[in-house]
Amino acid sequence: MMQLTIITPDQKVFEGEVTEATFPGASGSFQVLKNHAAIVSALAKGNVSYTTKEGKQSHVIEGGVVEVNDNKIVLLAEKVIG
Amino acid sequence: MANLKEVKQRITSVSSTQQITKAMKMVAAAKLRKAQDKILRMRPYSQKLTSILNDVVAAMGGELQIAYAEQRPVENVLLIPMTSDKGLCGAFNSNAMKATNNLLESEFKGKNVTILPLGKKSFEFYSKRGYAVIGDYYTVFNDVNFENVREIALFAMNSFTSGKFDKVVLIFNHFKNVATQEITVEQFLPMGAPDSSEKENFNSLDYILEPSKEYIVEDLVPSALKTQFYKAVLESNASEHGARMTSMDKATENANELLKELKLMYNRTRQAAITNEILEIVAGANALEGK
Repeated sequence: MMQLTIITPDQKVFEGEVTEATFPGASGSFQVLKNHAAIVSALAKGNVSYTTKEGKQSHVIEGGVVEVNDNKIVLLAEKVIG
Repeated sequence: MANLKEVKQRITSVSSTQQITKAMKMVAAAKLRKAQDKILRMRPYSQKLTSILNDVVAAMGGELQIAYAEQRPVENVLLIPMTSDKGLCGAFNSNAMKATNNLLESEFKGKNVTILPLGKKSFEFYSKRGYAVIGDYYTVFNDVNFENVREIALFAMNSFTSGKFDKVVLIFNHFKNVATQEITVEQFLPMGAPDSSEKENFNSLDYILEPSKEYIVEDLVPSALKTQFYKAVLESNASEHGARMTSMDKATENANELLKELKLMYNRTRQAAITNEILEIVAGANALEGK
């Protein structure tokens, strides 16, 4: 299990445990699984999806940045749609 | 002695004014809570952003080489004073405009200054006085959210990079606490070195940086600028409601004092009138008896 937090300047969109998360990296989409190496990546406009106990969910973001470290994922996006 | 009826009328008028100021205070308090909430909600975002940016910049060797940090000889200046849409908030607006006027008179005297007012009060003030005003955005305080504020920040950033302005300065009330606002003059562009006060523990050497350090910095700097701008707008917004709350509280208090005095005066006048009447009756009775 990894801890995922999605934040925008206006609100916290999601915070919770996920088993998997996929991000629209600036140089191509990539997936983060448990024990992923520490990474900071710029994100392009696109689809963010993640799997929780309840199932798969997804949001569209307008670019941003993601930081993964020690099974903690923080996604900063200026705008999250849906 | 004042007329009884007149005093009574004044009492009614003062107490209805007091009701209004009391209500306004309550409304301001509710709005203040909302505004403070907004500041708290954006804090995690801005902290994380600053910490990532700081560390990536540190990994690059510290120097920022981007368009937003370019220092040019200052000819064209953009001032962004933030005020409120409505009055009745103490010295809130006049402080912001005084600070702006100070800049106009001293630092930027003789320069080509354009003003981008936020808030109706400063918009009216500067358009009436014949300054070069950009009035596209002054209604932002109707609905403060990142979406709207981002547009203004983008406008300022684009006109900086295109060379239209060499310096962009924000003038706003910093929210210290409910009763205190501190006027702040902040240089928005060219941007300074990233603020390292909000640093978290982060060892950039252990991180993979995708697609590249340079790309991330170029991607993050505009976000950081927009966040800085948004922060200033939120601060000003919270300060406005704080200022209104304190000034309405004072007004309610003053009305209370005034009412006390008026009531005293009313009772005195009433008593004097009664005494007078009794005196007249007694005098009349005495006159009848002594006949």
